[in-house]
Amino acid sequence: MKEIEFFVDLIFVNAKGWCLDLLGHFLPDWTVVLVSIIISAVVIMVLGPLVMMYLTLLERKVIGRIQNRYGPNRVGKWGLLQPIADGIKMFTKEDIVPAQADKIIHFLAPVIIVIPALMVFLVVPFGERMTAVNLNIGLLYFIAVSSITTIPIFMGSWASRNKYSLLGGMRTAAQMISYEVPMTLSVVPVIMMSQSLSTNTIVMTQAGDMDLHWFVFTPWGLVGFVIFFLCAVAECNRPPFDLPEAESELVAGFHTEYSGMKFALFYMAEYMNAFTLCGIATTLFLGGWQGPLFPSWLWFFGKTFLLICVMIWFRGTFPRFRVDQLMGFAWKFLLPLTLINIPVAALWFFVPEQLAWIYSVPILAVSLWGLVKLNRSFVPEKRIYPLAD
Amino acid sequence: MINTKSLEGSQMLEINFGPQHPSTHGVFRMNVFLEGEKICALKPVMGYLHRNHELIAENLPYAAVMAYTDRLDYFNSMANNFGYALAVEKLADIEAPERAAYLRVIMAELARIVNHLMLIGFLLNDLGAFFTPVLYAFREREKILDIFEEVSGSRMMCNYFRFGGVKRDVSAETLAAIKKIVAGFPAFLEEFEALLTENEILCMRCQNVGVLPADLAVNAGITGPVLRASGVNYDLRKVDAYGLYDRFDFKVPLGKKGDVYDRYYVRVLEMRESLKILEQALAKIPQGDILNKKALPFLKAPRNFKPAVGEAYGRIESPKGELGYYLVSDGTPQPWRYHVRAPSLINLTVLEDMCVGQKVADAIIILGSIDIVLGETDR
Repeated sequence: MKEIEFFVDLIFVNAKGWCLDLLGHFLPDWTVVLVSIIISAVVIMVLGPLVMMYLTLLERKVIGRIQNRYGPNRVGKWGLLQPIADGIKMFTKEDIVPAQADKIIHFLAPVIIVIPALMVFLVVPFGERMTAVNLNIGLLYFIAVSSITTIPIFMGSWASRNKYSLLGGMRTAAQMISYEVPMTLSVVPVIMMSQSLSTNTIVMTQAGDMDLHWFVFTPWGLVGFVIFFLCAVAECNRPPFDLPEAESELVAGFHTEYSGMKFALFYMAEYMNAFTLCGIATTLFLGGWQGPLFPSWLWFFGKTFLLICVMIWFRGTFPRFRVDQLMGFAWKFLLPLTLINIPVAALWFFVPEQLAWIYSVPILAVSLWGLVKLNRSFVPEKRIYPLAD
Repeated sequence: MINTKSLEGSQMLEINFGPQHPSTHGVFRMNVFLEGEKICALKPVMGYLHRNHELIAENLPYAAVMAYTDRLDYFNSMANNFGYALAVEKLADIEAPERAAYLRVIMAELARIVNHLMLIGFLLNDLGAFFTPVLYAFREREKILDIFEEVSGSRMMCNYFRFGGVKRDVSAETLAAIKKIVAGFPAFLEEFEALLTENEILCMRCQNVGVLPADLAVNAGITGPVLRASGVNYDLRKVDAYGLYDRFDFKVPLGKKGDVYDRYYVRVLEMRESLKILEQALAKIPQGDILNKKALPFLKAPRNFKPAVGEAYGRIESPKGELGYYLVSDGTPQPWRYHVRAPSLINLTVLEDMCVGQKVADAIIILGSIDIVLGETDR
């Protein structure tokens, strides 16, 4: 029984191992290493776009259900071939470049945006021993690489020579840089607890107690998780933080002047970012691939898709923030809360567990309450309307 | 006009929102000067959908114009028909029989509900919601459009009213179907409000945004829910008591501040009042003729309809405001002069006053909350 579980758990790792063993019989060692790298790279290059394609389908289906309709169901069974049809459509569309655009940068922006989105996949632990590169600074790498995304978006918006794009690009720059600060700080308690920047080690520290010793079940973990997740939503420009695109205001924001495959690349990067950010949130706070009964990769993908469904749910129900409210939320609410969260986590580390609960819950609750009070200079009024004759 | 001289050398960004833009509700253009995201000046540009409605009408017999009025405010053709029918009836001194008058009220109130549903749905879309409120609103709107189709043969371009009555009688089954819709509607409104009214983001975005002071609203000739949201009690159904509105017991909801949130909520309350009117009308509707005997011959031969020399102004409380039709007759089969007082156009005149100093995102929702239809604005 245990053996079967172990086998299923490592099925992908073993499959790769067998391939390499087979090659090892008649190829020199250095080629085997090369092939190993290539296999990992190809898996990631395929996984990224595949995930993106079916995320679009998932999103359309879930939003359809939220809105009382079916969602795509014409192409293939349950619309399963819809992403492929969309892909063909995107490929065959005319590529329009505005006459006044800076052609080189206009071309480079969508190309560059996909690269960090794919690079981030390297450090995501998809399952037990299923991290492509086990970097000892994995988390730092993730934060650094994912923040590059701002630049191609700004390049695209600036090179388009379109005022809507320009406004969208300005909003992107402001928004993404603002939200990176609380996002990075919300990760600090996790690093303090696991004493490592390696994503693998972080997952390992959350083992024990039926594999349910996740950071999210502690007060500081819960606060950190919520902040990280909100920042993640803002980072990948999804509602209610979708100001850079803001369909109703800026037509399509930074990608107004993109069509065809270039537009598809922006779209792809956005969805891959959404996936990796949810994956990293899972890794940091929800125990990564840890979990009882099911194989590790199933746990990882299950948790990640659950978070993505929450993002889709946001999109189906929330209106958009205004730009000043968005900034205020990051700087006046999320940032102070993360700064309080770090000492609370430190307290947790040094104090025995039961005492720590007694300390940290009130501290966090009071600071949350205080921040809400301070931020609500404007409290949504309850209005009573007179009915005249 | 914007004084561009004073803007020279400044860091302002000029943007044309429209005529092709997802949130201008048609081919409407806003010439906006921005400083960062703040609006410094705004000029509405209309006329892209101008199609000579008034001149066409002046070259047609009175009866033929009815079909053209459908195309003014294409979301509630029933209300447009009502106003025109009233104007011609005043001119020729015809009155609609009792049953027809009841049917008119029922159809006009159903049209009001359809219009307000659409407005709230699209206002939320302007706010950035991804079509969820719109589709919920459409689900209910669909039921009412089915009724329109059943009574008039068309879902949107109803052309249902005639001088001195209505086109077709309504069967008992249809009336029962309307009753069923009216009975089920409050539950939908509860659901809709649960999603929207106390939503934190909606409150943050809408409250104290785009305030229209009551005195400015009155001076600019604003009418309809936009005026009432500013706290002015002026509803033509009460003031004029045209049709049969003096027989029904209903209230006029008033706002306090005149911001976008008030304009949203006044419409929700108006839908509730419309339901009250519908309930009473459906309970009281009598049997009888649906067309005045005097008007019957002109139905077959519209060119014989030659009202005496004179003028008339018929106005109704359309869902968007005071919709008025001014007619001058010189005794020929065509009106000598025909003019439409379009509430969409006149309500737009205060757009700049509401928008200056706000953010870009606010301008979009302020425009959305005024509730314009370009078919009516540009004519």
